[in-house]
Amino acid sequence: MSGEFRDAVRSWLADNVPGDEELETAKRFQAALCDAGLAGLTWPEEYGGRGLSADEQQIFDQEAARYDLPTSVFRIGMGMCGPTILDLGTHEQKSRHIPPLLRGEEIWCQLFSEPGAGSDVASLQTRAVRDGDEWVINGQKVWTTVAHLADFGALLARTDPDVPKHQGLTMFLIDMHDPAVTVRPLKDMTGRAPFNEVYFENLRLPADAVLGQVGQGWLAAVTMLGHERVSIGGFVRKRRDPLAHANLAETARRYGRDRDPVVRAELAKLYAAERALALFNTRLRQEAEAGSPPGARGSVAKLAGALLGQQAVGVASTIGGPRVAAWDPDDPAGAELALAINQIPSSSIAGGTDQIQRNIIGDRILGLPREPVVDRDVPFRDLRVGTQRTA
Amino acid sequence: MQLVLDTEQRQLRSTVRELLADHGNVRSVVDGAERYDRALWKQLGELGLTGLVVPEDRGGAGAGHVERAVVLEELGRALSPVPFFPSAVLAVDALQALGDTEVLPALAAGEKIGALAVSGDDGSWGTVPVTATERDGGWALDGHAPFVLSGDIADVVVVHTAQGWFVTEDAERTPLSTLDPTRGQAKLTFTGSRARKLDTADPPGVLGAVRDRAAVALAAEQVGGIAKVLEITVEYAKVRVQFGRAIGSYQAVKHACADLYSTSERAESLLRHAAWVADHEPAELPLAAATTQVFTGPAYFEAARSGLQLHGGIGYTWEHDAHLYYKRAKSSELLFGGQDEQLARLAGLLAEDS
Repeated sequence: MSGEFRDAVRSWLADNVPGDEELETAKRFQAALCDAGLAGLTWPEEYGGRGLSADEQQIFDQEAARYDLPTSVFRIGMGMCGPTILDLGTHEQKSRHIPPLLRGEEIWCQLFSEPGAGSDVASLQTRAVRDGDEWVINGQKVWTTVAHLADFGALLARTDPDVPKHQGLTMFLIDMHDPAVTVRPLKDMTGRAPFNEVYFENLRLPADAVLGQVGQGWLAAVTMLGHERVSIGGFVRKRRDPLAHANLAETARRYGRDRDPVVRAELAKLYAAERALALFNTRLRQEAEAGSPPGARGSVAKLAGALLGQQAVGVASTIGGPRVAAWDPDDPAGAELALAINQIPSSSIAGGTDQIQRNIIGDRILGLPREPVVDRDVPFRDLRVGTQRTA
Repeated sequence: MQLVLDTEQRQLRSTVRELLADHGNVRSVVDGAERYDRALWKQLGELGLTGLVVPEDRGGAGAGHVERAVVLEELGRALSPVPFFPSAVLAVDALQALGDTEVLPALAAGEKIGALAVSGDDGSWGTVPVTATERDGGWALDGHAPFVLSGDIADVVVVHTAQGWFVTEDAERTPLSTLDPTRGQAKLTFTGSRARKLDTADPPGVLGAVRDRAAVALAAEQVGGIAKVLEITVEYAKVRVQFGRAIGSYQAVKHACADLYSTSERAESLLRHAAWVADHEPAELPLAAATTQVFTGPAYFEAARSGLQLHGGIGYTWEHDAHLYYKRAKSSELLFGGQDEQLARLAGLLAEDS
């Protein structure tokens, strides 16, 4: 059975993976994937999924790892918002949102982080005030990936500032096309704008926009972040990633540096670190199949992946030397490597900084005592939050 | 590939762990009373653990490298002062690769202790400066082997010379002073020593096969050591209070513990894979073994150094075990000729692969 499934996935991918990642291409691909019965493999059939097991998902992931699928624009919807709606949503919310999400007809973003709430998401300040049957939203989000393309968003907002910070939050499902929502692209350090600032000015939401319960937004956020860790921890480095060992080894050959003993030693160390992480991920998956889910151990994969990237930047510098800093404008390889090097800092920040991952490992896996908490029992309105400078 | 231990393998682990907790005594050796723990060595032999990967018809248990790695992890955790790695890994694997049937059963049963003479004057694995001469229908060895693990207590020595492989019980043993007080080394001098030749078509090929298996076995000890360092360090960080708080609540300490955990998990993953490969995909073993040593060698030393540091002053005392892991880790890292040689070897295999 699983052999047949693998063959089916393999031959379908061989015939259907497109050559570019343009938005229209991505949408067409996702719809075709859905028509072929290969989207939402583990999601319930009632909402357009296939109701299959993690085994089929793993087979699909293994086969898909041979390609660079154009599906990154759907990653937040598929990896985070969709699973959380399935966990906490009403039947109406699931019926309305899951099928078009699976078909790639509607793109989702996640609206948690704010200028004043990065690692400490629960200190966010965007307000949701009840007005009759409706909620009125005012505030600002930032680092919002794909908000400029998104049709819907999962918004975390403060519904009660008079209780401690974790207790006064609620999650809402919002229409990103509402005129009260303004999306401004935010350039990152690579010069591109993959994420955005999002402003809400008197955005009015109906009562049924609440996901889960009013005041239970933190639970919803933790549920979603749990899906995010799995989604990032299991994230396969892109085959074309210029900082992957195999590609750096190729770069070394192209530059005639593959006989240099220092280059060879650094590449060997990188290979060992890459294998260590890949095998750790395999082990987590095998343990999950045997009935013990990864839980906070996903943080190890995330942290180790970020550190591996930093190590690879060092190896790239040893190989390329001055060509890493300056290259012929017509040389696409030079630009690709520079882009990869410029993207590396994000892997130590996005989805929980390296420091937060170490806290998670220390607190939840090793059971080390937590730091003294100064804000847990204080009403939100009495807290110091965000970036505050003294005059 | 299977990277998670099955029920029987986990059972083996707890059996060995309990045995070592009840009977292991590293201090009798560290404080100089004994050269190794004789009682424990005898028990390991009686349980059939010294011949784990030897086929049953040659006096062994016929198990696999995954099982032997489980035993070695426990010995590495406990720093058990028994010649398991030199005898039940190095000598046994060499004799097995050479097709010996005379000495192997006694080593597999733990009745005799074996050692392997393959390290030259620079520590690299190869041949030792020993010449073999045919004499009276047998062979005589002359020369020396500068660094022989457990050479001070070995009954039988397997020697790799430019003229091939020999086995002898006749050597002058000069114990060396060692950084690691839990594992002895000796310089062996051969003066017309009577030896038996172990014929093989490919003497360096045997060395390569032994080295790959040894790299996996050593990694198992190292992974066990890292796990134990992590365990005692986290335990201490929970109970040691300074400035009114357990030190494990400070991020400077907590984050170092998190890094130890990450190292431990990744090293274990490499080990499980390499041990599985040794049993199921022998053609892949050279790459898997070299990859594993490149990671676990320095990782163990860094973990032991960090664990000692996190213990503060108590970690620097003779009484505390932290220094024993530090010394074992450094000595282990240098066993196959050091990191430069490990890296060059892995780089060579990767270049062949591409």
